Amino acid sequence: MADTSQRFADAGAVEIAGLNKWYGDFHVLRDIDLVVGRGERIVICGPSGSGKSTLIRCINGLEEHQQGRIVVDGIELTRDLAAIENVRRHVGMVFQHFNLFSHLTVLENCTLAPIHVRKLPKGEAEDLARQYLERVRIADQAHKYPAQLSGGEQQRVAIARALCMSPSIMLFDEPTSALDPEMVKEVLDTIIGLAEEGMTMLCVTHEMGFARQVANRVIFMDGGEIIEINRPDSFFSAPRHERTKLFLDRILR
Amino acid sequence: MLALSSLRRDAVLRGVAIQVLFLGVLALLVYEAVATGLANMRAHHIPVDFSFWREPAGFDIDQHLIPYSPASTYGRAFLVGLLNTLLVAAIGIVPASLLGFALGAARLSRNFLVARLAAIYVEATRNVPLLLQLLFWYNAVLEALPSPQRSLALPGHVYLNDRGLFLPAPVFAPAAVWVLVAFGFGLFGGLACWFWAKRMDSWRSLAVLPVIAFPLATYFAIGQPLGFDVPVLKGFNFSGGAKLLPEFIALLFSLVLYTAAFIAEIVRAGIEGVPKGQGEAASALGLREAEARKYVIIPQAMRLIVPPLTSQYLNLFKNSSLAVFIGYPDLIQVFAGTVLNQTGAAVPVMATTMAVYLSVSLLTSLLMNLYNRRIAKVQH
Amino acid sequence: MPELARTSPSRAAPPPPPRAPGSGEILRTLFATPRSALLTIGSVVLVVWAIPGLLRFFIFDAVWSASDGGPCRAPAAGACWAFVAHKLPYFTYGSYPLHEHWRVNLVFGIGAMLVAWLLTPKAAWRRLGAGLFFALYPMLAFVLLWGAPGLGLPRVGTDLWGGILVTFVVAAFGIVVSLPLGIVLALGRRARLPALRLVSIAFIEFMRGVPMIAVLFMASTMLPLFIPERLAPDRLVPPLIGVALFASAYMAEVVRGGLQALPKGQSEAAKALGLRFWSMQRLVILPQALRLVIPAIVNTFIGLFKDTTLVATVGVFDFLRSVDSARLDPNWAGPTITPTAYSFAALFYFVCSSGMSRYSLFLERRLSR
Repeated sequence: MADTSQRFADAGAVEIAGLNKWYGDFHVLRDIDLVVGRGERIVICGPSGSGKSTLIRCINGLEEHQQGRIVVDGIELTRDLAAIENVRRHVGMVFQHFNLFSHLTVLENCTLAPIHVRKLPKGEAEDLARQYLERVRIADQAHKYPAQLSGGEQQRVAIARALCMSPSIMLFDEPTSALDPEMVKEVLDTIIGLAEEGMTMLCVTHEMGFARQVANRVIFMDGGEIIEINRPDSFFSAPRHERTKLFLDRILR
Repeated sequence: MLALSSLRRDAVLRGVAIQVLFLGVLALLVYEAVATGLANMRAHHIPVDFSFWREPAGFDIDQHLIPYSPASTYGRAFLVGLLNTLLVAAIGIVPASLLGFALGAARLSRNFLVARLAAIYVEATRNVPLLLQLLFWYNAVLEALPSPQRSLALPGHVYLNDRGLFLPAPVFAPAAVWVLVAFGFGLFGGLACWFWAKRMDSWRSLAVLPVIAFPLATYFAIGQPLGFDVPVLKGFNFSGGAKLLPEFIALLFSLVLYTAAFIAEIVRAGIEGVPKGQGEAASALGLREAEARKYVIIPQAMRLIVPPLTSQYLNLFKNSSLAVFIGYPDLIQVFAGTVLNQTGAAVPVMATTMAVYLSVSLLTSLLMNLYNRRIAKVQH
Repeated sequence: MPELARTSPSRAAPPPPPRAPGSGEILRTLFATPRSALLTIGSVVLVVWAIPGLLRFFIFDAVWSASDGGPCRAPAAGACWAFVAHKLPYFTYGSYPLHEHWRVNLVFGIGAMLVAWLLTPKAAWRRLGAGLFFALYPMLAFVLLWGAPGLGLPRVGTDLWGGILVTFVVAAFGIVVSLPLGIVLALGRRARLPALRLVSIAFIEFMRGVPMIAVLFMASTMLPLFIPERLAPDRLVPPLIGVALFASAYMAEVVRGGLQALPKGQSEAAKALGLRFWSMQRLVILPQALRLVIPAIVNTFIGLFKDTTLVATVGVFDFLRSVDSARLDPNWAGPTITPTAYSFAALFYFVCSSGMSRYSLFLERRLSR
């Protein structure tokens, strides 16, 4: 397995060793080993039910793991609440269904966590928020409510909201799957912009064009285990595993 | 020795610690309260057991579905009160539902006069306290009824006056118990018929036959063991026969009218809650409005209506306790009122009363859960 | 076959003027089917029969001022509003001493101002208003109503309180307590820790399974037994507590409905941002969950307000009881007194309840923008 994370190995952003997770009797993640270097961009793909969302949700503690080690930015994730909260301050997450807070304006959505978790004063938090809203090109909607925005706009706000916590790692859980086709591009462009600035990211997605353009490594998961990891060009042109070939055939028709 | 910091960190340990603390404080409060309570009760000679149950009650109850006299026990008084509560609730449910469904349908009618009148009725009834409506009906009913000498006489020896509604009381000869047994057999037979008919896919209503035929046949076979005690005017009042109090009528009236208004709103919300697309699809298939309503809208509306409807039935049952205000001898008025006052046994009396209401409401919840589970299976 | 390709977009045109529905259309629906026609005729008959009689009784033949029941006993007399006018102080204050009425008026006035402040959607400094209303005002109201001999306010025992004063105190106390307690119980019911969950469920199911009258009886007969003598509550306190606890259980179910309706993603997003449990509830979950169930919350408040009439079972003179006992005054005895008294009481409750309903509709409409 070609491991291009050697370049980034001296500062492992995320280290996963022997990760196993069960839902009751169902073995949903099997023996996951993965090291993500700082600044590295990982795309995870696979059929539904393969455990890819579960994997990244384990990284910020939204899912508990029963076996194995997860170390994020040098902090090990255990059942220790303080560790989990610490990790969440370093990791940002963008959800498939945006999950914006419908009772708050765009600006308030972004300032909520900085004010209450990082204890920033309100003025500073708002300046920070406006900065990031500018970055995702949605600053003019700062005083609107989520219900007044389109899906693509809401997802960009969600990205800004996560960025306001100045994370060192960003997790994307199928960020464009719930969007109408004409809005997918604006969100992907935003994520590509982040990647070009050097953000470490793990992205679960079906957008293979995006993967080809941005990823350092592409991971294929099926049935709860990592089947193949490779550089994008090799991954798409010469998949080595049977199941990878089958999957690519189906989605790249 | 657990460091406090490790409590803060491990989620499971924290959970256990919180629960232990919580239960500890609760247990302490309960212990204090019970200790104080027992001490107070001992000091004031307040009974804490059910020894009063078999003592003679010493008071009369105006309406009793089972034989009762001041010499009967407190236990019997409890039963009389309970039966009176069940009576008003059981009789009230049917008219309340009928009226409620009619009003709910009227609210949605395209005839704006009917819809408006129904809306006025529902709004007015829901916003005025039940107690006020009860007092109003009680006064109105009492005013309207004549004195016993000038009773309103109805066919079949039924008399209506301001002392109550007097009916002939059925008197069963001992042999009548066989009719009851036959009724039981009839029920079994009916159920068997129903399942058999379902399997054979023929008329399930045939199942009614055994339920009626068995008891009827037995009744005639034994020689009609049923007599009637007819009310007769003696002096200023009637004696003999069975009596329904004007308080009962007033309570029934107000409960039915009040509950019907709430049922109307539930029905309206249920029908409006069916997605518009359902009606559109039905029309697109060519169904006429009445058919669409019968086969598509109403069945789906019922799923939205049944849970809050059973809640309202339960409310009707609980609201019967307003009987204390007009002296109708229901469970609360007789037991938690008169009996508690006379014996002073606050804890056993209140505990029993609560137990009765809780059992009914828990039973209703259970049935609701079964119903919900059945629907969930049907839906997906 | 040339294909269509617009070279320039068309301009949006204004709509044609709406056709006013002819009166013929409305009348047609009234008689559309035989059943509808029958119902229409029946309704018209009902209205024509009832309305003039009601107008005569309540307005045209009514006695508007008199010093005793004489004029109201006249053969064609209608509603005896003079009776209501005469008894109004009793209906409002009960037996509260006449020269101390200013204290009650002060409590009502301040309460009305605070409530208007809190309910106006865009009012400034609402946080301050809420703090005043929920924390400072109850204490102020208690001191003013009950009395503080040290401050020159003579003690007025609760056995003298009556009428609207009592209804207001019971309802306000119930509302102020049931919402926070209901939220706590709802969160407890959804807790993962079994001890908290079971105790919450037990409390909620108990209160919802028994009639309020039984709870009031229990509070009045058993509270004095289980509390040590030195804390012996006076007559008003057990019903206050009973009503508040009862309403909290119903409120808990309403709040739970809101919590369940909120998508799970909201708590996940909050957690992913690093918010802890209580911050998450306070800033993200509860504001949205409560907003979802505003109509149900107001309905619970309306029910609470109507249920204040039940405190009469334990000897408390609320508004309805005051009206009901006043109508037996021999000075005013007459056939029109009872209908007048009950109509007045009904009007009072109707206006208050409808007012609350209208406000809730208004709030809903504003929030769904």
